[in-house]
Amino acid sequence: MCLGIPGKITEIYEKDSLKMAKVDFGGIAKEACLAYTPEAEVGQYALIHVGFAITLMDEEEAQETLKLLNEMADLENEIP
Amino acid sequence: MKYLDEYRDPAKVKALLNEIESAVTKNWVIMEICGGQTHAFLHNGLDAMLPAQIELVHGPGCPVCVTPLEQIDRAIAIASRPDVIFTSYGDMLRVPGSSKDLFAVRAQGSNVRIVYSPLEAVQIAEANPDKQIVFFAIGFETTAPANAMAVLQAKNKNIKNFSVLVSHVRVPPAMEAILSSKSNRVQGFLAAGHVCAVMGFHEYPPLAEKYNVPIVVTGFEPIDLLNGLLATVKQLEAGEAVAENQYQRAVKFEGNESAQKTIRNVFQSTDRKWRGIGVIPQSGWGLSPEFQEFDAEKRFDVENIFTQESSLCIAGEILQGLKKPPQCPAFGKQCTQQTPLGAPMVSAEGACAAYYRYHREAIHG
Repeated sequence: MCLGIPGKITEIYEKDSLKMAKVDFGGIAKEACLAYTPEAEVGQYALIHVGFAITLMDEEEAQETLKLLNEMADLENEIP
Repeated sequence: MKYLDEYRDPAKVKALLNEIESAVTKNWVIMEICGGQTHAFLHNGLDAMLPAQIELVHGPGCPVCVTPLEQIDRAIAIASRPDVIFTSYGDMLRVPGSSKDLFAVRAQGSNVRIVYSPLEAVQIAEANPDKQIVFFAIGFETTAPANAMAVLQAKNKNIKNFSVLVSHVRVPPAMEAILSSKSNRVQGFLAAGHVCAVMGFHEYPPLAEKYNVPIVVTGFEPIDLLNGLLATVKQLEAGEAVAENQYQRAVKFEGNESAQKTIRNVFQSTDRKWRGIGVIPQSGWGLSPEFQEFDAEKRFDVENIFTQESSLCIAGEILQGLKKPPQCPAFGKQCTQQTPLGAPMVSAEGACAAYYRYHREAIHG
């Protein structure tokens, strides 16, 4: 139920006085409401849940996590 | 897909499993709150790869599972009316009420529709001015901003034929109910990442301190889950108990303040009955006084419907992490995905459904 999927914002527009967007999920396009992420821009990734962006994905934090994990995996490979 | 695929990399999963293996020296019982996380653990076979010292127990974070039986019966009573178009998230339609489910109501000719977003229900109301449109507003904090916006839109657009049957629940009061129970076994929590994307995690440091449990905000991909577990195990082994975040790409300490503001505007805190558990004080949200006109329970006079659970189903013990599905005598016998007795067997996030799908051997012992 609390499934949230990150999708790329490809278009922003207004509908019924709400900020809305077209969001691309790896080739599938859906509409999402941006009322809670008004700072969103085209090209950014948002976490979409029941048709609403609940947060924008933080690219810097994502890279940081992946960097730490890569270091961990590299370290594993060095152990004979 | 970006932000998903890189968190499913087998090499990193292996590295994390090794890290967990070397960190753990004692036996620990850890609860993942969210049903989505339960399914992700079992679907990816991660539970079977963990060191034997770690026991995962499955939490109550499945809104479909904890929505009380009488609320399903109220939904069925409303949906059966000829003047109503009843709208709901798809998962609710198969949940058994005391005599039938919403799919059966639809099969008998009622107008029951699945919506992807609650805004669709508002649009249906605008397009059908001669009908009453009711939306089944269930869910945890993750779903509340969307449901609140639907009510706000209906008010702003002066839509009179729209109402909501509210059954909103909140995670922190449920965690406190589990922790304060005499039979509690949980020593650490993986907190539900998407609930925290909305609410932040400022409610957790006091809980971690009061009950001396690590609470780690955790995502949903294999690497997220293992990262959350590793952080929890490290805290437990070091004798620490703090709230920390292992889902940094989606969760900030303060959460989404704009969403919280709308929730506070449309909803107010209220006591809620949890299916199989009972009433937990101030554990949910109901409509605030300003939005009472949208309350479907009052509009259709179903407030006095009360019902009893199946005596065979042990959903309450499952949802509190006291028992696991194979310990239920009805599991895989009287209760299957085709003939569910309780909601945890129905929902795509229910623990019983997860065991039924991924641990078939458990059914035959």
